[in-house]
Amino acid sequence: MPKTILQLQNVSKIYGNLKALADINLSVNAGDWLSIMGPSGSGKTTMINIIGCMDTPSTGSVILDGTDISKENAANLTRIRRDKIGLIFQQFHLISYLTAVENVMVAQYYHSMPDEEEALEALAKVGLADRANHLPAQLSGGEQQRVCIARALINSPQILLGDEPTGNLDEENEGIVVDIFRRLHEEGVTIIVVTHDPEVGDVAQRKIILEHGRIVDDIDQSATFGEALRLKGKGRV
Amino acid sequence: MFLRMITKTLIRQKSKMIMIAFTVVLGVSLSTAMMNVMLGVGDKVNRELKVYGANITVRHKDAALMSDLYGLEGQGVNDKFLREDDVLKLKSIFWGFNILDFAPILEGRANLNGSEVSIIGTWPEKHATLPTGEELHTGLKSLRTWWEISGEWLNEDDNNSVMIGNLLASQKNIHVNDTVTIDGKTFNVKGIFNDGGNDDSKVLMTLPSAQKLLNLNGRVSDIEVSALTTPDNDLARKAAQDPRSLSPEEYETWYCTAYVSAICHQIQEVIEDGVAKPVRQVAESEGTILNKTTLLMILITILSSIGSALAISNLITASVIERSQELGLLKALGAYNWQIVLLVLAEVMITGIAGGVVGYFMGIGFAQIIGQTVFGSYIEIARMVILIVAVILFLVTLIGSIPAIRYLMALKPTEVLHGK
Repeated sequence: MPKTILQLQNVSKIYGNLKALADINLSVNAGDWLSIMGPSGSGKTTMINIIGCMDTPSTGSVILDGTDISKENAANLTRIRRDKIGLIFQQFHLISYLTAVENVMVAQYYHSMPDEEEALEALAKVGLADRANHLPAQLSGGEQQRVCIARALINSPQILLGDEPTGNLDEENEGIVVDIFRRLHEEGVTIIVVTHDPEVGDVAQRKIILEHGRIVDDIDQSATFGEALRLKGKGRV
Repeated sequence: MFLRMITKTLIRQKSKMIMIAFTVVLGVSLSTAMMNVMLGVGDKVNRELKVYGANITVRHKDAALMSDLYGLEGQGVNDKFLREDDVLKLKSIFWGFNILDFAPILEGRANLNGSEVSIIGTWPEKHATLPTGEELHTGLKSLRTWWEISGEWLNEDDNNSVMIGNLLASQKNIHVNDTVTIDGKTFNVKGIFNDGGNDDSKVLMTLPSAQKLLNLNGRVSDIEVSALTTPDNDLARKAAQDPRSLSPEEYETWYCTAYVSAICHQIQEVIEDGVAKPVRQVAESEGTILNKTTLLMILITILSSIGSALAISNLITASVIERSQELGLLKALGAYNWQIVLLVLAEVMITGIAGGVVGYFMGIGFAQIIGQTVFGSYIEIARMVILIVAVILFLVTLIGSIPAIRYLMALKPTEVLHGK
């Protein structure tokens, strides 16, 4: 029986009169690869903010690795996020004046202790060993996103959380990133990805569809999972 | 990593950091200049104020008693005099170095061309070598700097010449280089002075001449003293009432501070039968002017510090807002609020220290310019200013950073990272 790493129980998030999330119930097992899809304004970003410990629900509880994080204060949420979550952003958000390896080391620094060798290994895993000392401006969009993935993975998080990780990438780089996710999934990393892109959504093991803050569909894609990955990823990295 | 981030941020934001440093340079240079001037200005302002004459008079205790009780002045009030030999002892007191000028005065009445007038015998100039080897140059000329003179001042040895007050000179139709007869002795009129006060109807001559005319060899009626003093405080006022009321510690503090009462006390220790009293109006005016000058400089220092803090505040806040995405990212990566604040403060402090060092040396330069321009001499650099400036710099930078810190504390990663 796989361990439940994340559980959302009757989670709602209300901004004034707007219900961004309405009574969400969701359970994610360790090692799952889940994609969250839905139109703009459906509550995807709100959900990922709550799962990523960057926001708290108005009602309901969020159990992350056995701990209810819905009532934690900001400092505790920071600690939990630092220890358990790896974040990937659509716009990469690399620090422009630090090199690729230094960007990875920043995450180490705020987690425990910077280790350049380990950071270089993480970059090598995403195929950027030879670009370690380049500034973000000297890297392509795909390379920047791979640095972002290396940074997200450097502290061995329990959940890798991607917010439109391929949203700013061309098809080739999208394939590279998906291929990295495939390898991480094989290594047992839990991956949750918010995406607009049906192709990226389809390569996940499981896909949920949000509309108006509610889960309207929860699709098990295990049957087509391997084939979709093969077509999308193509083993580029 | 921390240092690497700071170094790279400073390099990347160098134009903003230079602006912050420049603001600090302005604030610190002004504070340094004002504080050095403030701490070094006491003696200089005092010296400037010496043009208003003596601030201490010494007379025989019996004469002083008559003056205090009955308001009686001049010869005939009392036949008690001080000894001329004691006058130079003034320079031997603990605060002798603070006694800038002094002159013995012998007042009496004499007959000038048939009418009785007041005469003053004094040291117009006095050059002597003290037992300590110190060369002394003093005399009434240094104490009456405001006198307007027609003709010339008397010299030290002008025993056959006199100076006449302009009121008396006009009454008697006396001119420079005329000859006058005083008690049967003929004197050349070397100069006519305009004092603007009572002295304008008197005759000034050398002390030996007056002593001879009045038959008071070796005697003086009083001594006018101009001393550098520290403005009175409660301790000085308490001591002025009665030094015996002070505790041993208070007494030592008072005795070793150049309060006018302490200097008077020490003068009385060396001048036999003498009573030294401050000329309150002059002494208090000096204290008031000095206090107000100090207050003005403190005010300028405070205002320049506030100005710097406001400017720094604007610059840092603008810088932090510009970097909100980067700082929000650090929070998302697991940085606590205090770690982000520490990072920003470290950047600002390093910039502030660099600006502070430059500002300090510029301030010393400004202080010397002020010293040369206003007082005609260099201002001594006070080491304690370094400490005070460091504290001001720290506080100004910290206070200037408060709005930015508040912004950082409230910054939510979700608001700056999604950018949709």
